Amino acid sequence: MKELRLMKGNEALAEAAIRAGADAYFGYPITPQSEVIEYLMRENPADRTGMQVLQAESEVAAINMVYGAAGCGKRAMTSSSSPGISLKMEGISYIAGAELPCVVVNVVRAGPGLGTIQPSQSDYFQAVKGGGHGDYKLIVLAPATVQESVDYVKLAFELAFKYRNPVMILSDGIIGQMMEKVELFEQMPRSTEEYEWATLGKKPGKDSVIVTSLQLQSEEQEKVNLRLQAKYREVEKNEVRFETYACEDAEYLFAAFGSCARITRKALDMARAKGIKVGIIRPQTLYPFPVDEINRLAGQVKGILTVEMNAGQMVEDVRLAVNGKTPVEFYGRFGGMIPTPDEILKALEQKIIGG
Amino acid sequence: MAESNIISPENLVYEKTSVMTDRILHYCPGCGHGTAHRMLAEAIDELGIQGDTIGVAPVGCSVLAYYYFDVDMQEAAHGRAPAVATGIKRMLPERYVFTYQGDGDLAAIGTAETIHACNRGENILIVFINNGIYGMTGGQMAPTTLPGMKTSTSPRGRDVATMGNPLKITELVAELPGTYFVTRQSVHAPANARKAKRAMKKALEYQKLKKGTCFIEIVSNCPSGWKMTPAQSNKWMEENMFPFYPLGDIKVPEQ
Repeated sequence: MKELRLMKGNEALAEAAIRAGADAYFGYPITPQSEVIEYLMRENPADRTGMQVLQAESEVAAINMVYGAAGCGKRAMTSSSSPGISLKMEGISYIAGAELPCVVVNVVRAGPGLGTIQPSQSDYFQAVKGGGHGDYKLIVLAPATVQESVDYVKLAFELAFKYRNPVMILSDGIIGQMMEKVELFEQMPRSTEEYEWATLGKKPGKDSVIVTSLQLQSEEQEKVNLRLQAKYREVEKNEVRFETYACEDAEYLFAAFGSCARITRKALDMARAKGIKVGIIRPQTLYPFPVDEINRLAGQVKGILTVEMNAGQMVEDVRLAVNGKTPVEFYGRFGGMIPTPDEILKALEQKIIGG
Repeated sequence: MAESNIISPENLVYEKTSVMTDRILHYCPGCGHGTAHRMLAEAIDELGIQGDTIGVAPVGCSVLAYYYFDVDMQEAAHGRAPAVATGIKRMLPERYVFTYQGDGDLAAIGTAETIHACNRGENILIVFINNGIYGMTGGQMAPTTLPGMKTSTSPRGRDVATMGNPLKITELVAELPGTYFVTRQSVHAPANARKAKRAMKKALEYQKLKKGTCFIEIVSNCPSGWKMTPAQSNKWMEENMFPFYPLGDIKVPEQ
């Protein structure tokens, strides 16, 4: 039976974590995502599934608790918003280096610095280009709805364990705070699998398990990097996800992700009503990026407008994917401001059609 | 008696614990880490909990501790071992979990993680090696460097007016309600090493009771960083470190 609820994005995501069979959540409050830990504490999942929830002394401690739990092969998650995610970046780099699975949620607010608590997409670069030190990648999922916030928690754990890699859900203050109808998936059991790479206590006759991101010999560290790169190529081959709409006859194309893609869809409807043949591509995975599909569409359209709630970040990846085939322009609002459909339509008309 | 008569299997009373691997320690000659490792390994061995123990290594000279302890281990980021240990213990509450950390790791960059793990009363053992200096990075000032003590970043001696005071973090965590057993030991002489081992064994046994954090400071030396011979460094430690960091129990469980 379908379980439908009207839920706030952050709370729905927290409920999804319990239902996805998460073993642990470690977090620290920050606006606009504090409802995640508040919901979990209220819900007390220890009684429902045995899932452990702990409010850490800092974002730094929280991500390192995730490291410890993930090193035991457990399904661990943390969430925060932009300034807190910056603090977690050290730990995320270590988790990527030690090849541990985990889920990190960023309910993005505008920066730089303390910035503002209003929604933004200005952490795109940080999410898709690594964010911390060293050559590594996060798998980045970008929900546009409360429903996707829920579904992506389940997907994020699957991908994290499939590739033993941190997965980031790049939400934002709009999706985190708004209420929508959501269909919840059924409670999944917590995993009882004992992974051979996990520290569970040394087994007789077996080597002890070491979880580390340290290789002091350059030759060995290069091997680690080569292994990581091979993994990322697999991710790029297998895990690209996107949604296109009205692209069949499109002469122009919007590219947008997350909540901004929904506003852009409205602009698309307005443009179509005026007879402008415009389609949209919405990457659902920001890494891996839908390079091939954007390149294919670039051969069809006269120009692409990338719309973001930042000063122009994903547009760089769109340009790389397009590789000069067609003009790529950018329209964005930032600092917590949200573009209106009118503004986006005007930008399409001025920068692409009239350009 | 001829030497060949003495060295016979029945006379060999020392046996290396199987909780230490056969890897050659990378520590400098005379450094206390080797003995401290062995005491902890022997404590684990004697309790028969090798397969039930998970360790967390720090960043510092003992960053490679996981090469020497033959137990499952995780390598933590600098200062974060108590948080990593928290994550492990919360997932595996029946396992014995320890961290092994130096003074820079535990009492400078990791102060918050140390204090909050102790204050939550995480049921873990924290082994804290205090030699008053950053060994691995080449002898810089540590949070526990003594007043007037020369290091590469306090070349004219630690001036407390500008560089701050040495941090007695062990006394500090003993004040927290979450700690159950807090003691300060050394391993520079056989009697001290045996005492340190007894403390480690006790701490691991306490962990089963789930009554809070056990915290063992080992005041140790750094011949390389202090620029002394091993013998000189032990003497200097006795004369200078012990008066400031007195050995003995600081907090013991009520009987």
